[in-house]
Amino acid sequence: MTEILLNAAQGGFLNSEFAEVSISLLDGLWENIRLFSSTLLFALPLGLIITFGSMSKFRPLKYLTRLFVWVIRGTPLMLQLFVVFYVPGLIFNVPMQDRMTAALIAFVINYSAYFSEIYRGGIESIPKGQYEACQVLGMTKGQTFFKVILMQVVKRVVPPMSNEIITLVKDTSLARVIAVSEILMAAERFSRKGVIWPLFYTAVYFLVFCGGLTLLFGWIEKKLDYYKG
Amino acid sequence: MAILEVTNVHKSFGSNHVLNGIGFSLEEGSVLSIIGSSGSGKTTLLRCITSLETADEGKIVVNGNVVFDSENQHKFTKDEIRKARLSVGLVFQSFNLFPQYSVLENVTLAVKLHAKDRPDYKANKKAIIEEIEAEGMELLRKVGLAEKRDAYPCELSGGQQQRVSIARALAMKPDILFFDEPTSALDPELTGEILKVIKGLAADNMTMVIVTHEMSFARDVSDYIIFMDDGVIAEQGTPEQVIMNPQNERTKAFLSRFQQ
Ligand SMILES: Nc1ncnc2c1ncn2[C@@H]1O[C@H](COP(=O)(O)OP(=O)(O)O)[C@@H](O)[C@H]1O
Ligand SMILES: [Mg+2]
Repeated sequence: MTEILLNAAQGGFLNSEFAEVSISLLDGLWENIRLFSSTLLFALPLGLIITFGSMSKFRPLKYLTRLFVWVIRGTPLMLQLFVVFYVPGLIFNVPMQDRMTAALIAFVINYSAYFSEIYRGGIESIPKGQYEACQVLGMTKGQTFFKVILMQVVKRVVPPMSNEIITLVKDTSLARVIAVSEILMAAERFSRKGVIWPLFYTAVYFLVFCGGLTLLFGWIEKKLDYYKG
Repeated sequence: MAILEVTNVHKSFGSNHVLNGIGFSLEEGSVLSIIGSSGSGKTTLLRCITSLETADEGKIVVNGNVVFDSENQHKFTKDEIRKARLSVGLVFQSFNLFPQYSVLENVTLAVKLHAKDRPDYKANKKAIIEEIEAEGMELLRKVGLAEKRDAYPCELSGGQQQRVSIARALAMKPDILFFDEPTSALDPELTGEILKVIKGLAADNMTMVIVTHEMSFARDVSDYIIFMDDGVIAEQGTPEQVIMNPQNERTKAFLSRFQQ
């Protein structure tokens, strides 16, 4: 980022407009980052709870959870944003006070459903023999899951999770539709005044953000590379 | 008194009657080999005794503890089943080691978890853990893998992995150790090291039940042989009786396939 600014300065391009756009987009990006990290904070554990529901031996819970996941994954996130933002006001007469909160609720619901399916895939891919080995060693169900299964699941879900999390970075822009002042909305403010390039310039921010995450996940995968299986 | 008593055990999967009234008993310190063609129910029998499956009918008593009894209506709780399992160990055909743990951790994990139930655990935590690890190392020495203590399962040969899994089962100090075709997943040149370890255990008077297709090994190591066919015991006796002088036509037919 600074490099671009520096180059721009050396080329004599640094005018007040470029600086103003950069800072204003950065302000917008901050909203994306807030939405991104809060979504992860809540959706990562909530996803695991949904997974347990969808794998439950208690049929009604299992089918209810799977229905929920099907509905969430089968409808657009943008629609879910509208629902969370408008429905409380329309039906219960308690309008959503804070746009960011509405966005966060929709994102957490949406992403925990996706995460739960990734977790489920990971858990179901662990060979039956691992559970049986724990059983004959007299381990409890909790010990089996937390001491033996979980680490293997983590290793298996890191690649699909990194995909999903990088998608989340870009999805945060959808919050624009309920007027959360995120980066694209910030750029639009300029295009409405006839300055189009800031809209394209937002790509740089996303690329840097996603690039950083890609490096992070690569590092995690490498860390987990000490064993196979 | 017999350390293992199996009486009239039946088990079906749907309409597939896999075990049709199996009964035998085993004395402490003796070695029993179970032979029989694939699909005759050998694995299912071991799984019923080690509570990985629940039999439909019959009675199983390990070291005086009733593990299963269809006559007695008492429903076993999960915890009771878990406790009953502690008296039996099982070595799987496919090892089933925990890939994310080192060799020594594989051997000691379950023992350490069980140690947490000891009343003196909090007070003597350090000493208890050290003792468990020392015992784990002792077992690794016994199976010839002391120098691999920090290796991960993926870094070992199949034979070495199976020896770790034997050490892991022994670490629980079971009354009886069961083996389900412990060499079947191994290259032929690796079976010898496993059979040698099992022979060593037999010399130490470990009570063992071994499902195997290694006939000469079964003959050498066993005190007793059971030939299973279609979910029943078709013939049983000493190795001399069953392997050297089979009486049953099906035993003869089965063994003749190994003589070629
Ligand atoms: N979990 C199961 N569900 C259904 N059928 C099974 C199951 N386990 C074993 N069987 C059936 O039981 C029969 C005996 O299998 P098994 O005990 O594995 O025999 P063996 O170990 O002697 O080869 C086979 O016909 C097999 O298909
Ligand atoms: Mg078998």
